[in-house]
Amino acid sequence: MTELQAAVNDGLIMTWRNLKRVPRIPELAIFAILQSIMFVVLFAYVFGGAIPLPGGGSYREYLMPGIYIQTLGFASITTAIAITDDMAKGLIDRFRSLPMARSAVLSGRTVSDVIYNAGILVVLMLSGLAVGWRVHGSVGEFLLAVALMLFFILAMAWIGVLIGLLVPSVEVAQQLGFLILFPLTFVSNAFVPTSTLPSWLRPVAEWNPFSALTAATRDLFGNPNPFTSGFPGDHPFLLSILWTVALIVVFAPLAVWKYRSIDR
Amino acid sequence: MAAVEAEGLVKVYRSRKSEVRALDGVDLEVREGTVLGLLGPNGAGKTTTVRILATLLKPNAGSARVAGFDVLREAQSVRKAIGLSGQYAAVDENLTGRENLWMFGRLYHLTSREARVRADELLERFLLDEAADRVAKTYSGGMRRRLDLAAALIGRPRVLFLDEPTTGLDPRGRLGMWDVIRTQVREGATLLLTTQYLEEADELANEIAVVDKGRIIARGTSDQLKSQVGGERIEVVAHEPADLARAAQLIAPGGTATTEEHTRRITIAADGGAAHLVDVVRRLGEAGIRIDDIALRRPTLDDVFLTLTGHAAEELPAEEEAA
Repeated sequence: MTELQAAVNDGLIMTWRNLKRVPRIPELAIFAILQSIMFVVLFAYVFGGAIPLPGGGSYREYLMPGIYIQTLGFASITTAIAITDDMAKGLIDRFRSLPMARSAVLSGRTVSDVIYNAGILVVLMLSGLAVGWRVHGSVGEFLLAVALMLFFILAMAWIGVLIGLLVPSVEVAQQLGFLILFPLTFVSNAFVPTSTLPSWLRPVAEWNPFSALTAATRDLFGNPNPFTSGFPGDHPFLLSILWTVALIVVFAPLAVWKYRSIDR
Repeated sequence: MAAVEAEGLVKVYRSRKSEVRALDGVDLEVREGTVLGLLGPNGAGKTTTVRILATLLKPNAGSARVAGFDVLREAQSVRKAIGLSGQYAAVDENLTGRENLWMFGRLYHLTSREARVRADELLERFLLDEAADRVAKTYSGGMRRRLDLAAALIGRPRVLFLDEPTTGLDPRGRLGMWDVIRTQVREGATLLLTTQYLEEADELANEIAVVDKGRIIARGTSDQLKSQVGGERIEVVAHEPADLARAAQLIAPGGTATTEEHTRRITIAADGGAAHLVDVVRRLGEAGIRIDDIALRRPTLDDVFLTLTGHAAEELPAEEEAA
């Protein structure tokens, strides 16, 4: 077996192993979906009525892409927890003692998390349709939006891997993940138009990668997108790609470096 | 030929507050087809040694070869030749026993078919065939350890590392584990085993190396070690602390008894086994010394440690436990 064959073979086996646990711990997927649905209910039915959209349009259609991106962002916590759990239980040690490709533990983790979260996304989109979210763009635009979101999951998974390798326990992974993701997802355009924010906070929200992704997918789905002008408002798709690439370029090598230095 | 050889292994764990010298120059050798028992208390450096030999950890100094390959420069070749079963049973608890073994087999780069056949074979041998299709989460401690050992054997390793294979198991689990390890040994496996129990090393190993504070402080067969420690001993617990000195003089006239004031315990070497015990009871009875307890005891790890180092095995500071 060549090195490349081994990397693919072992990565696929790790992916298989990671996905195998999804139906065996159904709580994980169920809670991830319920949490998102809770946000949908909260914003669509509780706060939504008080949030006017500049330029009009359906708030629920505005909301759903924000929910998708938020959910995919929070998915990095799931990744972190899985890695921390494998470390704590000694599984990572076992894998490191095997003649398998060194890349497989992390590649298997990130690939399986992209597949897993794609599944979560499908369920969320169906719930979106149920509360009145509609796609007005073309099939091509729809597929482009989905591809962009899958690419974003990959970036979030790499961040999750790094967090998982850095923290000592599952509890810390969870706390730290929430601490990072809550402000990132809320100081964004996911739930409210950034024009309602105080002027000092507005640039933060506008340049936030979560805002870029949300705005880009809103555009592609043909949902209301009252974004302010300036580069982030004019080029959300370009900014999304730049952000996602930048996150992967920064976090994937850091995670790989951290993984390789476990033997110190 | 040596299947495992290590020279001058040093490992220092640094944290912000302290520096723990987990290994302070460990040399060891395991010949092909033999079993070396690495005996020592928690924190002595046993696990660190195994982790270095299994390529999981880099030493700060020293070198080691496993199955003829350098653990630092030829780590991947070492990994092909070894099986590791750790102190914390590292199987995936969300996979079934069969799935675990298949996965580890595939990661040793067996074909899917080979991995399946080998998994069936090991499940049967380790009495896991009935539980094979249940997730490992539902296994008992003993079953988990057996599955863990099976996972270590799936690639037919030339050298097997077992890190405290029976720690935390109940007596029945321990005996079951000894059974499967003994089978491996009979079939000619080269094995490095760490343990806190002299009895276990005695039971399974050809040769024992005693580790303390990151160094090998003694090595030899179990008989050699025991003769160093002095074989069986008699322990007497006196009722009155005031009687201790007189009793010690009475049962060990040469002044060879060890006396512990606070437990009122006198320990002497037992050279005549049960007859000696009867003699001690008689002497104490005739002198009218009341005793609370008397027993004939085989040497334990504590005795080995007391003799070799002058301190008991569990006296190590707590912070070293983690290492």
